[in-house]
Amino acid sequence: MPQPLLELTGVSKTFGPVTALDRVDMQIGAAEAVGLIGDNGAGKSTLVKILSGLYPPTTGSMRFDGRAVHFGSPFEARAAGIEMIYQDLALCGDLDVAANVFLGRERKKSFGPIRLLDRTTMREDARRVMRELGTDIAPERIVGGLSGGQRQLVAVARALQFQPRLLLLDEPTAALSSEKIRVLMGLIEQLKARGVSILMISHRFTDILHVCDRIVVVRQGRIAGELAPHAQPPERTMAAMHAMMTGDALGVSA
Amino acid sequence: MSAPADATASRVPAGPMARFFRRLGEGRDNSLGLLAILIVLVVVLSFVSPYFLTATNLLNIGRGIAIVGIVAVGETIVIIAGGFDLSVGSVMAASGMIAGFLVTHGAPLPAAFAAALAVGALVGFINGAIISYARINPLIATLATLAIIRGLGYVISGGRELVISDEAFLTFGVGQVFGVPYIVILLVATFAVFAWLMPRTLFGRYAYAIGSSAKAAQRAGVPVSRWRIVYYVTCGLLSALAGLVFVARTGNAQPSAALGIELDVITAVILGGTSLTGGRGRLWGTFIGLLLLGVVNNGLILVGVPAFWQQVVKGTILLVAVLYDELRRNRVEEA
Ligand SMILES: Nc1ncnc2c1ncn2[C@@H]1O[C@H](COP(=O)(O)OP(=O)(O)OP(=O)(O)O)[C@@H](O)[C@H]1O
Ligand SMILES: [Mg+2]
Repeated sequence: MPQPLLELTGVSKTFGPVTALDRVDMQIGAAEAVGLIGDNGAGKSTLVKILSGLYPPTTGSMRFDGRAVHFGSPFEARAAGIEMIYQDLALCGDLDVAANVFLGRERKKSFGPIRLLDRTTMREDARRVMRELGTDIAPERIVGGLSGGQRQLVAVARALQFQPRLLLLDEPTAALSSEKIRVLMGLIEQLKARGVSILMISHRFTDILHVCDRIVVVRQGRIAGELAPHAQPPERTMAAMHAMMTGDALGVSA
Repeated sequence: MSAPADATASRVPAGPMARFFRRLGEGRDNSLGLLAILIVLVVVLSFVSPYFLTATNLLNIGRGIAIVGIVAVGETIVIIAGGFDLSVGSVMAASGMIAGFLVTHGAPLPAAFAAALAVGALVGFINGAIISYARINPLIATLATLAIIRGLGYVISGGRELVISDEAFLTFGVGQVFGVPYIVILLVATFAVFAWLMPRTLFGRYAYAIGSSAKAAQRAGVPVSRWRIVYYVTCGLLSALAGLVFVARTGNAQPSAALGIELDVITAVILGGTSLTGGRGRLWGTFIGLLLLGVVNNGLILVGVPAFWQQVVKGTILLVAVLYDELRRNRVEEA
């Protein structure tokens, strides 16, 4: 592999007595889509939250785009080009669509000595990115009044507005209808085609098989192994994933 | 102007009027209803008492609400940001005492005012810091600072009040231009400045965002704890300013000043449509709520209701406002 976009070395995370991640090494290449699977409590969310700057790792190091990085906050990770779509979407229901899309990275204009929000530009940009996603939800709509699928699109729009290098998705399909899942998977493929790297957590094997180039299995805070989704018939891949997740000796290929 | 919006996904008219009507339709803005109640009340009172609509009486109402109103601006912002501040009355008393002490001991007025504001900012900072970093419930945290600051006021003053004789200080409280008291101008200016800032600055945008979902704001990269402190400091500063107005009006600084004022302040804020759970609210709603409260108070006096009953009426208004907030919130969430 050429130089990976993201490289984790020996990353551990403990919460008091709980070891959520134990010396994880992982790489993600440019324009590569990686699926992250594992049982409940395996440490998947913790891993992506470290990448998104929400938690600092307890030990270990991260390199992004060839440079060592230490994200002190989600703001720093976003500034570096890592966007995250949270499982619960992390939207503010009382704000409108445009305010949510630009939350944390508002566009401003100078008004004498003070910096004011550039609401017109943000509305126009939000409208444009929503159109790119194939929807015309108005930027003035209050997010609390939108349907689940529309909110999902707002969360995606927020991540896309800033042209991420790496997009993290934690259970992006959990709350979606099968039709909306197709739309989202189509989007992820588009992003991949544009050179964006993807790290996606999902319990739905079909989603993972559909869009991922590589599958990483996490078990009890460790990387249990890797799989190439298309190297064998889907049933075999699924059986192997199950085996790795549960620690069944049959599946351990590493 | 464009027609009221039917909130379909595809065609939502832009522009302030359209947005305003859409908010009404979504049950997010009850200021018009409140304004209607206020107007009805004014009409009724002007029939009941010929004195009601005189300029003297209206300016009395204005003076009466100035102190509560200035604090209510800060409280509105804190509540929009998902917080709560019960310590406002204590901060008023403490900062008034500091200014009074310094002035009576010969300090120049600007220095005394600056010291008072610094006390307000400091208490606000402490409130914000313990709520953000120690994650203590704001009601409890500010109830504690309420007691501590009030207590310190008594300890330091020995319970005595200070009589202010500084001319300029007193003029600030009773002076007027073109018949309008300074403190009424200060009240309107405070509302106007913050009502202008809220929709146009990060200060306002993040208050709504944090009150709506602190977790979402945090994850989007908003430094939530720091902004929370900013909102409590703002409320502390405005409380200190109100404390100065209080001293200037009454001519003395006393440790028991503004006891229980939080009832009036919070009633005005909630009556004005700011949601107790944060994320929603408008300063001009608070302004109308404040006017309503002022008119009711004034009306009760004009009609000759004994003072003790005023407390009962105010409590009832607060209860009704909270119930209404609850109903409206449920309606919006079902939509
Ligand atoms: N903030 C936290 N404080 C304490 N313990 C935590 C915290 N976050 C996660 N954990 C613990 O770390 C372990 C890994 O949790 P994590 O949420 O990463 O799992 P997951 O693989 O995402 O599981 P799921 O599939 O249920 O989402 C669990 O034992 C969990 O209880
Ligand atoms: Mg998880």
